[in-house]
Amino acid sequence: MEKKRLTINLKVWRQKDADSKGQFVNYTVKDVNPDMSFLEMLDVLNEDLIKKDETPIEFDNDCREGICGMCGAVINGTAHGPESGMTTCEIRMRMFKDNDTIVVEPFRARAFPIIKDLVVDRSALDRIMQKGGYTSVRTGGVPEALSTPVPKQNADMAMDMAACIGCGACVAACPNASAALFVSAKVSHLALMPQGRPEAARRVERMVAQMDEEGFGACSNHGECEAVCPKEISIIGIARMRREFWKSMFK
Amino acid sequence: MKLDSKVPSGDLAEKWQNHKDSLKLVSPKNKRKFHIIVVGTGLAGSSAAASLAELGYRVKSFCIQDSPRRAHSIGAQGGINAAKNYQNDNDSVWRLFYDTIKGGDYRSREANVYRLAQVSNNIIDQAVAQGVPFAREYGGYFANRSFGGALVSRTFYARGQTGQQLLLGAYGALMRQVDEGNVELYPRREMVELVVIDGKARGIVVRNLLTGEYEKYWADAVILATGGYGQVYYLSTNAINSNASAVWKAHKKGAFFGNPCYVQIHPTCIPHTGEYQSKLTLMSESLRNDGRVWVPKKKGDKRPPNEIPEEERDYYLERKYPTYGNMVPRDVASRNAKMVCDEGRGVGETGRAVYLDFRDAIKEFGRKTIEERYGNLFEMYKLITGEDAYEVPMRIYPTVHYTMGGLWVDYNLMSNLPGLFVLGEANFSDHGANRLGASALMQGLADGYFIIPYTISEYLAGTKFEKVNEEHEAFKEAVEEADQRYKKLLSIKGNKTVKEFHRELGEIMWEKVGMSRNEQGLKEAIEEIRKLREEYWNNVKVAGEANTLNKNLEFAGRVADFMELGELMAVDALHRRESCGGHFREESQTEEGEALRDDEHFSYVAAWEFKKLGDWELHKEELKFEYVTPTQRSYK
Ligand SMILES: Cc1cc2nc3c(=O)[nH]c(=O)nc-3n(C[C@H](O)[C@H](O)[C@H](O)COP(=O)(O)OP(=O)(O)OC[C@H]3O[C@@H](n4cnc5c(N)ncnc54)[C@H](O)[C@@H]3O)c2cc1C
Ligand code: FES
Repeated sequence: MEKKRLTINLKVWRQKDADSKGQFVNYTVKDVNPDMSFLEMLDVLNEDLIKKDETPIEFDNDCREGICGMCGAVINGTAHGPESGMTTCEIRMRMFKDNDTIVVEPFRARAFPIIKDLVVDRSALDRIMQKGGYTSVRTGGVPEALSTPVPKQNADMAMDMAACIGCGACVAACPNASAALFVSAKVSHLALMPQGRPEAARRVERMVAQMDEEGFGACSNHGECEAVCPKEISIIGIARMRREFWKSMFK
Repeated sequence: MKLDSKVPSGDLAEKWQNHKDSLKLVSPKNKRKFHIIVVGTGLAGSSAAASLAELGYRVKSFCIQDSPRRAHSIGAQGGINAAKNYQNDNDSVWRLFYDTIKGGDYRSREANVYRLAQVSNNIIDQAVAQGVPFAREYGGYFANRSFGGALVSRTFYARGQTGQQLLLGAYGALMRQVDEGNVELYPRREMVELVVIDGKARGIVVRNLLTGEYEKYWADAVILATGGYGQVYYLSTNAINSNASAVWKAHKKGAFFGNPCYVQIHPTCIPHTGEYQSKLTLMSESLRNDGRVWVPKKKGDKRPPNEIPEEERDYYLERKYPTYGNMVPRDVASRNAKMVCDEGRGVGETGRAVYLDFRDAIKEFGRKTIEERYGNLFEMYKLITGEDAYEVPMRIYPTVHYTMGGLWVDYNLMSNLPGLFVLGEANFSDHGANRLGASALMQGLADGYFIIPYTISEYLAGTKFEKVNEEHEAFKEAVEEADQRYKKLLSIKGNKTVKEFHRELGEIMWEKVGMSRNEQGLKEAIEEIRKLREEYWNNVKVAGEANTLNKNLEFAGRVADFMELGELMAVDALHRRESCGGHFREESQTEEGEALRDDEHFSYVAAWEFKKLGDWELHKEELKFEYVTPTQRSYK
């Protein structure tokens, strides 16, 4: 049984490089199979552009399974598109209607300069992680795994937070371009595990300081971050981060 | 040239300890003088870079993605093996060793595999100390599951995101070293040449993927941890940027390629549906713990699955392999799926699929339990196919997943090129002709955390290094070579896109160098690949410019390398006139259609030396089995 093909109108942000001014360019993609992913639809468009000697649209992607965090675009005004709990690469064309117009833009934030078209520089997130997204253990200098039991509930809650893929959608969605959800996910994951406790205070202080230094805004509890997070990480994490932060001040 | 595996003498269980005791050490003061390049930030690369930096070496870490955390390892779902025996099911280092060597169909080195099983337990300790949230039971201790090819539950997991959690642990360790100033990070770089000076690996040339500039880096040792080459097949479960270019460039500079024809085709993937597809999606093997694989008994039975009564279903794995049932190793499961589809009993629109059915498991344990175990996988399946696997069975089909072959390395993980070390999926080492589930993560982390930190010092302390830097003539030549290649690709301006060529190559590979191979098909494949390659260099159309972010150009370079490696894979498959593990030669099978090894003639590692394109010389490393006796594998 052949599924009905779609015609899709696209308005895509094109920007040659960091210093150029960007603009929206219109494209029409015909004959779109509804089972296609959104990125496969862009592949088809790019093949077409290449054949016409035009420059294909640059967009980051790798796993195409919602786990590497490399893809990311603002689609119809929402980071990773209107469907919740999903990355850009997980979007399927069956979620759109025939003749829909889809607006595609890069993640925008002061701390994420645009590199080209839909590709942005998210290295600020790595620099935050450098300040404490780990436990300071050496290879080999660790105890037997059974030596510290971890209550199932803690392991489960920690896993909910550790599921963050570092895509930066939370930043793109936040009116203040805050990275609070991203930072709180790592702070909470490690604060919930006994192995992360010894340096919990130092971790939260240093990560928060780096977040501020990178030019991310402050969190004012809008909750937009939680709504777009493809891994549905809860803003309860932000509350936990604040608690950890205050605790660290009174140490 | 005689290949020296450097396997230490002595009792199997003591080899590694004895070897470690005899390895040379680098003094703490001197460690700061040694520069090490690590290409790749997956499990193998991140763990190696972090561990070496902790020791005091000066490390540079490179990857293609915008962050090291996004390496392909992040996508591993199911789990990681270790011989902890926490389930009291009588697991042991010996059993993990034995299962792995048998699973690999007796085509790997005993000493390497034994060492892997020994350090498996340290990996779990390390990950736990890093805060990896492995699945726990109510008492606070570990939940484990079982994977194909094993009768014990030795697999540790973190929901369906084990690779992600382990990689974030290793990435964290790497980030800590960056913060401490011991590692310099170079993301968005692609290694395009290996630099060899006086017979030693002394550096690399990378292309800066944002600017197109070539950058030169020298070092005392170069470590490649660049992953597998499954993307030769175009459609695979690998990430889009996975490629063979780094190992291929090293191969062309003298590093031998080990067993290139050993490719793992994973039995449980979502079937192929259309030409637009850019990759195929894996459904974790853990699903076979509870899902039952079947096809209709009748050919061409088009009824919806739920209308096919029990007695008209053929649970062919359970029927043929009563002991292992649905948990047979991957190569066996894949081949059987192909067989029933070839018989005309395949299901779905294309007839190239079999059912993986959870009806009975849901009946037995309740939907909630199944949801807890595999919820995210069922969601992923629904997203891609639009079907609800709680109601109708999943449709699955085998797909290229992992490459056991890779650059040849000795027991120290050094290639035949001094100073070039190869870790993780990029080397050929531990899985023989077939890898068991949950063993790739184990091997990558074993290599990076617990082997290379010891073995590299033997090389560094025992070698006399001439002073070199980036001004050396060899660097200039390497840049020149790379630049010529990319310029040429841009200048052809033909009328077929890179993707079209890649897809065509993939079709040849899948049809003729895929799940089952024969002499005629392989000979045809070699001819067809050569022709396609020639056409590529005359008719490819690459978009854009060189001096900017240009993914189409990046892919053009990678596909050019796949076109060469594909030929070597076919050459290797043609020469190996036996079946073993994932390499199935139709001419060599048992009466029941199982892979039939020929130990008399093929009990060796095939290590290929590059002479010129289309011309390789075969070197053999004989495999000696002192502790296990190779037998016809049986999972009955
Ligand atoms: C969908 C899926 C699920 C899997 N599930 C499991 C599982 O449950 N258990 C298990 O044990 N195994 C699993 N595997 C296999 C396992 O994930 C891989 O074998 C393993 O992660 C490979 O790790 P690696 O470190 O060797 O390389 P990779 O993780 O592939 O990393 C390669 C690195 O090299 C870099 N690189 C590559 N080429 C270049 C170049 N030319 N220049 C610069 N950098 C380069 C990349 O940027 C990347 O950083 C799975 C694989 C897939 C595809
Ligand atoms: S491409 Fe990996 S999350 Fe989308």
